[in-house]
Amino acid sequence: MSAVWAIARKDLLVELRTKESVPAMALFAVTTFVLFHFGLDRDRLEGDLAAGVLWVTLLFAAILGINRLFVAEREQAGFDGILLAPIDRSSLLLAKALALLVYLVALETIALPVFALFFIETGFWSALPRLAAVTLLADIGICVLGALLASIAVHTRARDLLLPILLLPLAVPAIIAAASASEKLLSVPMETGGVAKWMAVLALYDAVFGLIAYALFDFLMED
Amino acid sequence: MRPLAALSTLLIGTALALVFFYAPNDADQGFVQKIFYIHVPLAITALVGFVAAGVMAIMHLRTRDDAWDARSYVAIHLGVIFGVGVLATGAIWARASWGKWWVWDEPTLVSFLIVFLLYATYYPLRYSIEDPERRARYSSVFAITAGAFVPINFLAVRMAESLVHPRVLNQTAGDMPGEMRLTFLVALAGIALLYVTLMKVELTSKHARGQIRRLRRLLEEDERPAAGAAGPTVASVPARPTL
Repeated sequence: MSAVWAIARKDLLVELRTKESVPAMALFAVTTFVLFHFGLDRDRLEGDLAAGVLWVTLLFAAILGINRLFVAEREQAGFDGILLAPIDRSSLLLAKALALLVYLVALETIALPVFALFFIETGFWSALPRLAAVTLLADIGICVLGALLASIAVHTRARDLLLPILLLPLAVPAIIAAASASEKLLSVPMETGGVAKWMAVLALYDAVFGLIAYALFDFLMED
Repeated sequence: MRPLAALSTLLIGTALALVFFYAPNDADQGFVQKIFYIHVPLAITALVGFVAAGVMAIMHLRTRDDAWDARSYVAIHLGVIFGVGVLATGAIWARASWGKWWVWDEPTLVSFLIVFLLYATYYPLRYSIEDPERRARYSSVFAITAGAFVPINFLAVRMAESLVHPRVLNQTAGDMPGEMRLTFLVALAGIALLYVTLMKVELTSKHARGQIRRLRRLLEEDERPAAGAAGPTVASVPARPTL
C-alpha cells in the first residue's frame, strides 16, 4: 500500500509542478461547453439535454488526462523501475487510478460550477450533493478502466489513437447510468426517484471493472 | 472438417425450408417476421462467441499456449463478421416493422451495436503490437474485459430503455407456438454449427500457414551454406506465425 501512495504522490507532485494535465482538461471542458452553446443554440439547459452535455464533456476531458497517464513511465523507463522494485505490480494500477481520480475531481470542481453558470437557471445548488455523489461513482469506474486501458494503449504503436476507441464503448454503461441519474437531478423541478437505482448500477460497474482491472493488470506488466 | 461442413449445410438448408414452408406467418408482423429466424440465431451465436473468446483468453493467460490465443482471436473475428449480419438483418427488420432503418427503442439491438463497436477495436489493438508474445497477452486482456462487459452493457441499456418504452418484441423461445419454436431451434443449431465450422476452417488455415512459414525458414537455413551470404534475410523471418 505504501508503494501505491508513493507512486500516486509522485504523479500528483509532478502534476502540481508542471500543471500539464488538469488545466488542459479544465480548459477543454469549458471550451466544449461554449461549443455546445452554439452547437445546440441554447442559452439554458435542463433535464436530459443538460445531463448529456455535462457527461459527454466530462468523459472527453477525462480522455485527455488518461492519454497522458503513462507518458512519463514510457519516456523515462518508469515501467522498468516498477518491475525492478520489490513491490506488487498492481500498485502501479491503483496509484494511477488514484492520481486520475484526483485529476477528475479537480476537473469537476472547475467544470461543474462553470456548467451551472453557463447553462443552469435554478436548482443547481440543491442538486449538487446528489450530483457530486453520482459524479464520484462514475469517476471511480472511469479511473480504473482508464488506468487499465492506458497501460494497454501505451505499449502499442497506435497509442493515443487507440485509447479513446477502446474506452468509449466500455464507458457506455457508466455514461448511461450517470446521465440518467443527472437527468433527473437537473430537471426542473428536481426529481430524486430512481437516482439511487442508477447509483447502484454505477457501483456495480465500478466493482466489476475494478476487480477485472486488478486481476488482469499483472499480465500487462511482464516485460 | 468435411462432415461438419456437410452437417451445417444440411441444417441451414433444413432451417430455410422450415422457415419458408413450415413455420406460420406471424399474426402481427406477417412474412417479414421470418427474418427473425436468421437475425436472432446470428446474434446469439455472435454473443456466445464473444463470451467464449473471453474464456479462451483466460485459458491463454493460464497456460501461455498460443493455440488458445489463436482460438480467442478467431472467435472474436467470426463474432464480428456475424455481428455485421446481425446489424444488417436488424436494420431490415426495423425498416419493415417500423418504417425506419434504425430504431433506438429496441434495447437488444442498441446493446448489440455497442458491443459490436467495442469488438471492432480489437483489430487496431491487435495489429498495433508487434511482439507476438505481448500481442497475445494484451489481446487476451482485452478479450476478457470485453467478455465481462457484454452482460453489464445489456443490463444498462435494457434499464435505460425500459423506463420509457415497453418492449416491442418479446418473442423468446419460451412463448412461441410449437412450429415457430422448432424452426427457430433448427436455425439456431445450423448457425451455431456454421460458426464452429468456420472457426475450424480458419484455425486450420492459420496453423497451415504457420507450418509453411516454419518449413520455408528451415529450407532457407539449409540453403544458406551453399548460397553464401544469405544471413540477414533469414534473420528477418518471424519465428512464430503472426495472426
